[in-house]
Amino acid sequence: MFSLENITNLVSTWLYANLDPTWALVVQFVIVGVLVISLFSILGLVLIMMERRVAAWMQLRLGPNRVGPRGYFQTVADTLKLIVKEGMTPDGADKFLFNLAPFIVMIVSMVIMAPLMFAKGFQIWDVNIGVFFITAVSSVSVIGILMAGWASNNKYSLLGAMRSGAQIVSYELSAGLAILTIVVFSGSLQVSTIVESQADGWWLLKGHVPAVISFVIFIIAVTAETNRAPFDLAEAESELTAGFHTEYSGMKFALFFLAEYVNIFVVCAVGATLYLGGWMPFHIGNWTSFNQVMDYIPSSAWFFGKTFFLIFVIMWFRWTFPRLRIDQLLNLEWKYLLPISLFNLLLATVIAIMGLHF
Amino acid sequence: MQDLQNQMGAGSIIALMIAAITFSGLAIIVSKFLLKTTNTPAKLQPYECGIPTIGPSWVQFSVGYYLFALIFLIFDVELIFLFPWAVVVKKMGWVALIEVLIFITILFAGFLYAHKKKALQWK
Repeated sequence: MFSLENITNLVSTWLYANLDPTWALVVQFVIVGVLVISLFSILGLVLIMMERRVAAWMQLRLGPNRVGPRGYFQTVADTLKLIVKEGMTPDGADKFLFNLAPFIVMIVSMVIMAPLMFAKGFQIWDVNIGVFFITAVSSVSVIGILMAGWASNNKYSLLGAMRSGAQIVSYELSAGLAILTIVVFSGSLQVSTIVESQADGWWLLKGHVPAVISFVIFIIAVTAETNRAPFDLAEAESELTAGFHTEYSGMKFALFFLAEYVNIFVVCAVGATLYLGGWMPFHIGNWTSFNQVMDYIPSSAWFFGKTFFLIFVIMWFRWTFPRLRIDQLLNLEWKYLLPISLFNLLLATVIAIMGLHF
Repeated sequence: MQDLQNQMGAGSIIALMIAAITFSGLAIIVSKFLLKTTNTPAKLQPYECGIPTIGPSWVQFSVGYYLFALIFLIFDVELIFLFPWAVVVKKMGWVALIEVLIFITILFAGFLYAHKKKALQWK
């Protein structure tokens, strides 16, 4: 049957049969690089289009509808525009750090793709500390943001970067604790094992109250970590123009923009993997025929469906909640989310030890 | 697939890094070739709504951010300690839970102290 797993198997067996092992490895790396770069480009185009369309839909307007069929080529046109824009480095900026920052942000969002499981048996690196790897790498992106803000030598950028740093760093804690809840339930950090542990039901459904609480906390925390509204005061347009990337223009700005959207995809993919079963189809107990119908849908469709549902939820937030003030933002994390997620973790542990989850 | 993954291993991280650098580098270089840059002094000024910046931008910053960073550091280390614990807690049972309970209680006492000292209040 046509599936991603079979294709990758076919390619790798062909490579190892026909080439020297070292060269086969190199060719594999090249394939992986090209695939991830194309995934990046497609994600950038699709997500920006989706954001604008969802925004338009929620505000009862049309959204982009001029370029191409029903406006679907709008982002291509925007990208072309950004390519032919001048990328300047302002006077007085720290030139080296200023130019390094977009690279760091891009590297982070690309490396974080490695342990993600896009479909059954379709993963770049099934590392045994997968979830830990994701948490660790995602916290490097704050360095890129602080670097960009500081190197710009602009007051808006510096303020935006500092706010962004405080915010990302704070919400990382609750995101990490929420992830730990699922690690306690499944007893593994490996992404493939976590997904397999959900074969008989997703953790959101069979993890009782702690799983639901941690899911809610996770969604709030990743919304803040990706600097999305209502937590977007790092780039609050009305007060800080554009936050840490005020001075960036042209392609360097485009890289920040792309990395931002890919990060949204990544955190939603992690959420889908941990709580909604990754590529696992939706099964109901003994309904054999129903389960078979669900199995017939390809695993990649399940994964991307769940991920895009979560992305839609995060876009929904943007048009539902007003922006928070910085003291409210930090209060929410340190006074509510952090204690709640700590106690939630302990509650989850009790349930896991007593074997109360299904 | 298993073979393939074992073969790729940690090297895939380096491959992804190189892919990221190539992608960003190519994008920037291509855009450099496609256009003519003209730099005027006014254009290269830091953007501040049209008026020249007053004073340097690299200034001392509100201490509040550093306080939060310090408290974050404590909890982040705690998080790292909890990761290996979370993997084995289901097998080890109550002993592991009680041990971590003691750990978290001590930590939480420190958190409450910070709270009482108003370190977590935005000024």
